[in-house]
Amino acid sequence: MTARLRFILGRLVQAVPIVLGIIILNFLLLHLAPGDVATVLAGEAGGAPPEYVAQLRHDFGLDQPLWIQLLLYIKNILSLDLGYSFRQSMPVLQLILERLGPTLLLMGTTLLISVGFGVLLGLIAAMRVRRWADTMISILAIIAYATPLFWIGLMLIVLFSIKLDWLPTTGMETVAAFYEGWDRVLDIAWHLVLPALTLSLFYMALYTRLMRAAMLEQAGMEYVTTARAKGLTERRITFRHILRNAFLPVLTIVGVQIGSLLGGSVIVEAVFAWPGLGQLAFQSLFARDFNLLLGIFFLSAGLVVIVNLVVDVIYTLLDPRIEAR
Amino acid sequence: MPAPLLEISGLTVDLPPGADRPHAVEEVGLALAENEILCVVGESGSGKSVMARSILGLLPPRRLRVSAGRILFKGENLLAASAARLRQIRGGEIAMIFQEPMAALNPLMTIGRQIDEVVATHLNLPRAERRQRALELLRAVHLPDPERIIEAYPHQLSGGQRQRAMIAMALILEPAIIIADEPTTALDVTTQAQILALIRELRQRHRAGILFITHDFGVVAEIADRVAVMQRGRLVEWGTAAQVLNAPRHPYTRALIAAVPNLDPPPPRPYDRDSVLLQIEGLDKAYRSGGGLLGRRQRVVHAARDARLALRRGETLGLVGESGSGKSTLARCILRLVEADRGAIRLDGVDLRRLSRRAMRPWRKRLQMIFQDPFASLNPRARIAETIAAGPMLHGVPRAEAFARARELLGLVGLDPRAADRFPHEFSGGQRQRIGIARALALRPDILVADEPVSALDVSVQGQILELLAQIRERLQLSMLFITHDLRVAAQVCDSIAVMRRGEIVEYGPTAEIFAAPRHPYTRELLAAIPGKAWTKPKTDAVAEEAGSGR
Amino acid sequence: MIRASLWQRFAASRSGLIGLAILVLVLILAASAPVFFPGDPFAIVDKPFLPPFGTHLLGTDSLGRDMAAGIAHGAGTSLMIGLVATLAALFIGTLIGAFAGFYGGLVDNLLMRLTELFQTIPSFIFAIVLVAILSPSLSSTIIAIAVVSWPPIARLVRGEFLSLRRREFVEAAIVLGMGDLQMIFRQILPNCLSAIIVTGSLLVATAILVESALAFLGLGDPNIMSWGFMIGAGRTYLRTAWWLCAIPGIAILLTVLAINLVGEGLNDALNPRLRTL
Repeated sequence: MTARLRFILGRLVQAVPIVLGIIILNFLLLHLAPGDVATVLAGEAGGAPPEYVAQLRHDFGLDQPLWIQLLLYIKNILSLDLGYSFRQSMPVLQLILERLGPTLLLMGTTLLISVGFGVLLGLIAAMRVRRWADTMISILAIIAYATPLFWIGLMLIVLFSIKLDWLPTTGMETVAAFYEGWDRVLDIAWHLVLPALTLSLFYMALYTRLMRAAMLEQAGMEYVTTARAKGLTERRITFRHILRNAFLPVLTIVGVQIGSLLGGSVIVEAVFAWPGLGQLAFQSLFARDFNLLLGIFFLSAGLVVIVNLVVDVIYTLLDPRIEAR
Repeated sequence: MPAPLLEISGLTVDLPPGADRPHAVEEVGLALAENEILCVVGESGSGKSVMARSILGLLPPRRLRVSAGRILFKGENLLAASAARLRQIRGGEIAMIFQEPMAALNPLMTIGRQIDEVVATHLNLPRAERRQRALELLRAVHLPDPERIIEAYPHQLSGGQRQRAMIAMALILEPAIIIADEPTTALDVTTQAQILALIRELRQRHRAGILFITHDFGVVAEIADRVAVMQRGRLVEWGTAAQVLNAPRHPYTRALIAAVPNLDPPPPRPYDRDSVLLQIEGLDKAYRSGGGLLGRRQRVVHAARDARLALRRGETLGLVGESGSGKSTLARCILRLVEADRGAIRLDGVDLRRLSRRAMRPWRKRLQMIFQDPFASLNPRARIAETIAAGPMLHGVPRAEAFARARELLGLVGLDPRAADRFPHEFSGGQRQRIGIARALALRPDILVADEPVSALDVSVQGQILELLAQIRERLQLSMLFITHDLRVAAQVCDSIAVMRRGEIVEYGPTAEIFAAPRHPYTRELLAAIPGKAWTKPKTDAVAEEAGSGR
Repeated sequence: MIRASLWQRFAASRSGLIGLAILVLVLILAASAPVFFPGDPFAIVDKPFLPPFGTHLLGTDSLGRDMAAGIAHGAGTSLMIGLVATLAALFIGTLIGAFAGFYGGLVDNLLMRLTELFQTIPSFIFAIVLVAILSPSLSSTIIAIAVVSWPPIARLVRGEFLSLRRREFVEAAIVLGMGDLQMIFRQILPNCLSAIIVTGSLLVATAILVESALAFLGLGDPNIMSWGFMIGAGRTYLRTAWWLCAIPGIAILLTVLAINLVGEGLNDALNPRLRTL
């Protein structure tokens, strides 16, 4: 399987300029931010001691020409030195890593729900095309596709937490309960329901629509006629031939949408006080802790690069034509 | 005559409302016997494919519907068969082969799995035995290394190999009938010859009845036992191959046969053999792919290798070869649509290759091009007068004059000048090709490069366009570089021919000499592969009438 | 004649017509806001927390501002930002995609790396960072949305250009001696317009969603009334006055839905080949 390996390596190599580009962009944003770069880096009047600001000035070569500053910045970022947040009294990297878990949990759950149900619903809609099941699914999908994430989150809170009192409104766990082991897992799962559902709805709608369209498109292909001419049942044609071909374009979009999903989780985390990267970003935003914000910005982009690589690997497992691409 | 395996009578298939005619197929009746190849011939839109697909109930649902008739397979009406019975017959007793094997095979499944599916669906055999059978059949269709092919995905095979695999898939249950829908149209002529030989061989071995759909009378002459001719959904003539090919009765059949170009070149035309207009010297072009950081082996494809040609005033020079031979790339290098790596393109002694793109522009008007695809070669958003007048306007002709010339040219290419304000989609393929010719002529070029100008057209329209090109080249004293894969067309149109293979010109000389005494083995192979070469067309009085319908 | 048939094809889709009807209503609402609700929508008009369908059609918010006035003025904000940001994104995306697709090779490689870069960055986080750095205002919202929205357009236009570039009519234009710019803008671009229009119309919907999310997070222009801001302001009172959030949300939902439906109707009318049955 050298072709597959080569493809994945190729994508890895392609990721290098992207990561570099993100760093440069970060650098530009840093300079765009109002005020002196050193104070921005120190978290803007976040109580950083003057010695630290002076140290920053030296480390980032702020008295030197711009391109040397850029090189120093790239060096600092690549050695994962993202600075120190005086507002939170913690190194930025450590702060971010602490918040990464909850975000990954939310994203992973959302991906599973939205891709799983999206593909399933799209499949059902395509198999029942123009019948009531298709009409219902399509109408619900287009409505979900038009609904603001934060609003549906609030409305779900109103319904399930306030009116029905079934689910917790905010947070990731009942901290005061000091649950351990499976109790804790269950508690977190319980808290995860609403945020994950909120974030999933939009993407589920998207994948449902894509899957339906891809199924219908593939159903018109000549190889389907061949399969029919071989005497296969419609069921077998749908599940063995069309399904896999139709899933590929959906998978491509899943990869493209990872960044958007991460962005969406910022809003959802803000609504549900989910202690992830998004909420951290939100906090740093209002504390004007730009350095922390840019750190989150950089690492979230890096996260997208990594998830995209995973999607590429899955793609190579499903599509033998990779070498021809 | 033995009892027919398949008997179609009064078959009518409705087109959706709003189509250009009410029925795709109308009252068609024909019969197919065991151990027989029945060719159904017709141009695009004749309904031949729809007829073939309705046998197994493979028409696209909702759009096409059988409204009358019977299709009897061994006495059983397939149109009345249950879905389950139809599935039994599909693949088991009647199998089908399609035109484009790449599209007809599932890209994500190995060849082996796709063949295996047929057996697994119809027979209860252990896996190992099914595999054995698949290997046997891959061998029977002369695929090299069946053990490798069975594990391969469609994209890993060549076009000919894919079609062989399709045929193996169709044959694996030894069906009584094989329906082949233009199975060689997408293939090169030498591959086509091999596939046709294979189909003949299989007919003899399995005594199957083969319904062979084609548009090509050469192919008909090559393999048909009996022939049925379809026109606009109706069966207009049927009979034995000898009857239909040598003594056609229906005027449409006669017109179709008359439009098939003869294989013997006509007597040489007079032109000035000394005045070389365009000289190609040592032109090289290679495409490189792969390589780079990851140490993938770099693949180099030579599209042109040390090409040397001379085009004289008034001469038509044919570039002949199969797909991938580099003939189109060579022509595009000459026009600098593609930049060559090395060599010289001398027009009046000036090396065009050395000119900057800007300096090239004034020279462009002397070299014009006619394209293959009439649907892609006109800007769909531009009125045809604009399309034709664009060239002269770019070279400084005032707008009014350019448009007047455009109208004049429409007349010259046989179109109504009043059509100037219409958009391309309002014209048929043949008419569009005429517009493309008018666009090329608008700049009053010395040289016309024609890239497969008739291969996308129906045979009757082909004849008309070739006729038009012949008239124009006489009247305007044009030199032509004529690219074609069709040796019949080359024989009729070209004064001299360069045969290309893998970027190399393997043989170059006067047409008559090449056809009479080919020197290079590849040229001999190409000539031997021409379908229906043993068939001498009957002398018919039928003139190719304006059969290119359209609007 | 072609225009008439385009309208007929659009009118053939019932959902497209429904979308158009809703959209026209929203447009009328936006246009009539200064007439029916003159003055500042931030002005306090009555007691706070008045429920809907009382003295004020949609009630009052936590400070006693008229909800209906907010909804009417917010309509204009959403549509304007959605439209302007989309136009800007279309401009950037079309230019980049056109040049990448037309020239191919190194130009394509560089421009597509840039596009990929912008597509990799989580767009909403990028938008937040941009607004935060530029400080919240109408123009920074528009800039942020445009900067994060152009990559899909660039990819679409590039794809169209790549396929059209290989069409023979473009080769014909080269052979006639046409210059690059004329070929790009006069020959090829008109053939991508229908795809651009369809994607652009859907982009307006996305832009409105992003704008509302920014405003919800408090990153909107503090001097301009918007639906997202209203939801953000009402969320603290979810337990007691949930309609403060519900009403502007429905307004966003309907507007975005309408634009999506119109976009799909346009798609069916303009690209009949792409229709998915």
